Amino acid sequence: MASNFFAARTTTTRPTTKSQVIEPALQPWVEKYRPKTIDDVSAQEHTVAVLQKTLTSTNLPHMLFYGPPGTGKTSTILALSRQLFGPDNFRNRVLELNASDERGIAIVREKIKNFARQTPRAQAVASDGKTYPCPPYKIIILDEADSMTQDAQGALRRIMETYARITRFCLVCNYVTRIIEPLASRCSKFRFTPLDNDSAALRLSHIAHEERIVIDKPIIDALISTSHGDLRRAITYLQSASRLSSSTNPPTKIQPADIQEIAGVVPDSIINDFASSIGVEVEGGMDVDDEPHSKKGTFDHIKKKVKYLMREGYSATQIISQLHDLVVFHPTLDSRKKSNCALIFAEADKALCDGADEELWVLEVALRVNKVVS
Amino acid sequence: MSLFVDQESYFRPRTLDTLHYHHGLSERLKALAASGDFPHMLFYGPSGAGKKTRITCVLRQLFGAGVEKLKIDQRVFLSPSKRKLEINIVQSNYHIEITPSEAGSYDRLVIQELLKEIAQTQQVDLSAKQRFKVVIINEADSLSRDAQAALRRTMEKYMSNMRIILCANSTSRLIAPIKSRCLLMRVAAPNEEEMMTVLKYVAKRAGFDLPPEAGEKIVEDSNGNLRKAILILEALKMQTPDLNGPLSIAKPDWEVYCYKVADLLVSEQSPARVMEVRAKLYELLSHCIPPTIILKTVAERVVEKVDEALKADIMHWAAFYEVRMRTGSKKIYHLEAWVVKVMSLYKVLFRLLMQNPFD
Ligand SMILES: Nc1ncnc2c1ncn2[C@@H]1O[C@H](COP(=O)(O)OP(=O)(O)O)[C@@H](O)[C@H]1O
Ligand SMILES: [Mg+2]
Repeated sequence: MASNFFAARTTTTRPTTKSQVIEPALQPWVEKYRPKTIDDVSAQEHTVAVLQKTLTSTNLPHMLFYGPPGTGKTSTILALSRQLFGPDNFRNRVLELNASDERGIAIVREKIKNFARQTPRAQAVASDGKTYPCPPYKIIILDEADSMTQDAQGALRRIMETYARITRFCLVCNYVTRIIEPLASRCSKFRFTPLDNDSAALRLSHIAHEERIVIDKPIIDALISTSHGDLRRAITYLQSASRLSSSTNPPTKIQPADIQEIAGVVPDSIINDFASSIGVEVEGGMDVDDEPHSKKGTFDHIKKKVKYLMREGYSATQIISQLHDLVVFHPTLDSRKKSNCALIFAEADKALCDGADEELWVLEVALRVNKVVS
Repeated sequence: MSLFVDQESYFRPRTLDTLHYHHGLSERLKALAASGDFPHMLFYGPSGAGKKTRITCVLRQLFGAGVEKLKIDQRVFLSPSKRKLEINIVQSNYHIEITPSEAGSYDRLVIQELLKEIAQTQQVDLSAKQRFKVVIINEADSLSRDAQAALRRTMEKYMSNMRIILCANSTSRLIAPIKSRCLLMRVAAPNEEEMMTVLKYVAKRAGFDLPPEAGEKIVEDSNGNLRKAILILEALKMQTPDLNGPLSIAKPDWEVYCYKVADLLVSEQSPARVMEVRAKLYELLSHCIPPTIILKTVAERVVEKVDEALKADIMHWAAFYEVRMRTGSKKIYHLEAWVVKVMSLYKVLFRLLMQNPFD
C-alpha cells in the first residue's frame, strides 16, 4: 500500500498525543455540554430519580434505554458510569461499543471476554480526592443496539449470562421493538421522551449564556421548532448559527431565518407560495404571485413550480413534510379533504423511503393535493 | 482536447473569491474556513449546481495550494468473505476523497476502515494550516443505511483530527443522525441570469462574444445545470463559429431516442405499437441509460403533447411505476407497464370524447 497519506504516521518523530484532546473552544458544543452528572440531564425526571438510587446502593440491574435521538440516553449512561467509578477507573470499568465499531458478534464476544477477564478491584479514594462508590462490576454499554442483527442479539444474551457476576449491560437504542424479547426482558427499561419545549429552551439558554452569545425568544423558538425535541440537533444548529454569525465581519446577529436555512427548512414564503399554487391557500399569506389566477392549478404551472423547488435544491421529504403540516392544520379545509391528502402524503413518504425519484414524487403530491382540494 | 468545463483558465474557479454566483454562500464558507472552527458539512443541491467546485475551493481556502496536488491510489480491502475489493482513492496530503458506490455493498466496510485510519493519524505536516484532515464523501445519498449508521458516532468521536464533507443531491436519503451532525449547505442551481453571466464570462475567456439570443437558448436548454450549459456552448461554438442565426442545439442521442419513443406512444395506441416501443426501450436500457431518466424524459415529452385532462394521470403512473422499478428487479417490465397504462388512458379519453362529441 503505497499511500503516504497513511504511511506518513510512521515516518514522523512528532510525539503523538494519545488522547483525543480538543481545545475547548473548538469542541462541538454537544460534547462540551454533555451532562456531567445525571442531575444535569434535563427533563427525564423519572429516569434520573430511579438512577439516583443506584448511586447509593451497590446494585445495578442490566438496563435498556430507549427513545428518540438527542434525548440524553448516551449522556445519561456515561454520566452515571462516571459518577459510579470516577475518572481513574472509568477506563477499565466501562466499555463503550457502538454501531460505528466493528460489531460482528465474534468481535463483540472477544472484546467483552477480554474486558471482563480481570475481576474489578474496588479502590477507595480517586486522584481528584473524591470518593466514588466503585461497585464491584464493570459496565458494558452497547450504544445504538437496535442496529445489531437478531443473531448477534441472541448471542449477546448468552454472553450476558456468562458474565453476569461481574458485568452490567446497558443497551441503548431508538426502537425498543428492535431488541429481541429475551434480551429486553432481562433489563430494566427506561424510556426517554422528546424534550419538552421549556426544558429545551432552558438548556439552550444556558449554553448561549456560557458561550456569551445573545439569543432572543424567536431564535429559541426557531431552534425548538426545527429540532422536534432532539436536543442534539438544536445545539448543533445553535453552534452552526453562531459560527456563521461570528465569522462575518462585523459579526451579524443570528436570525430565525438562519436557523431555518441551517436546518434545511424551506422558507415559509416559498412553501406558502407553492401551497397556494396547488390550491391550498395559506391564511395571512399574501398573493405574491404575478400570475393571473386562471393559470393556477394548471398542469404546466404546477410542474414549473416543482421544477423551481428542485432547482433550489430543497429536499423532497422536507417539502412534503412542510406541506403536510400546512394541509393538516389548515383552518378551513374540511376533514374529508384533509384525510384524502393524508393518504397521499403517506404514500409519498413510503415511495421516497424506497428511493423513488424526488421530482416525480413532489409533482405527484402536488397534482393530487391540487385535485383533492379543488 | 480539453473541455471548457474543466479548463480552469476558461471557467472552473479554484478559489472562493472567484466563484461566480451565490456570493453570500462563498463568503460564509470563507469565513468558516478562516475561523479555525470548521464543522462537518453536508453540501446538497441538484447536479451541475456547482457543489464540487465549491468544495474544492473550500479545501484550497483551508489548506492552500498544496491541496491541489492530487494522487490516485489503489487500495485493497478485504471483505468478510475474504474477497478482495480494489478501490481508487483520490487524495492529497490534506484530504482524501471517496465515492462509496464504488465499494458496492461493502461501503460500510470501506468507510469504516478508511475513517478509522485517518482518525488515528495525526497531521504530520507541521506547516499544515489545519490540524485535521478532510474526508470528502461523494454521492453521499447512495451510502447504505448501514454505512451511514457507522458514520454517526465516528463523526463525534474523531472530531479532533478529521472533518467530513458530504456531497449529495438531496438530503432525503440521509439518516437524521448524520444530518444533525453536519452544517447543511444548500447549493441551489444558478438562476437564468447567473447562468448567463457565467456563459458570457466563459466566452470572453475563450476569446469571443456570446450573442444574447444564443445565450438565452443555451440557458433555456440546460435546465439549471451549469456543466451542461458550458458543454452546449462549446459544442455550438464548434458547429457554428459565429453563433449567429438559427441555432440548433444538438440533443444527446439518447434524448432524441426518448423523444421518438414518446412520439410513437402518442401517435398510435395498439399492441403492435407496444412491441415497437418496447424494443426501443430495450435499446435504451442496453446503452446503460438509467431507467428513471428514460421514464422521466419520455413522460415529460408525452405530457407536452396530450390533452390537459391526461397530463396529471400520466405523471401519476410514471411516479407509480418508477418506485416499482426501484423495488422490483426487471426494469423493462415496469417501463412497459407504464407504456400500456398510458395507451389505455389515451384510448379511454378518446372513447369518452367520441361518445359526447359536443361536450
Ligand atoms: N436530557 C438532556 N439533558 C441535557 N442535555 C441533553 C439531553 N439530551 C440531549 N442532550 C444534549 O444532546 C447531546 C446528545 O445527547 P445524547 O445523550 O448523546 O443523545 P442520545 O439520546 O441520542 O444518546 C448531548 O451531548 C447533550 O448536549
Ligand atoms: Mg446516543
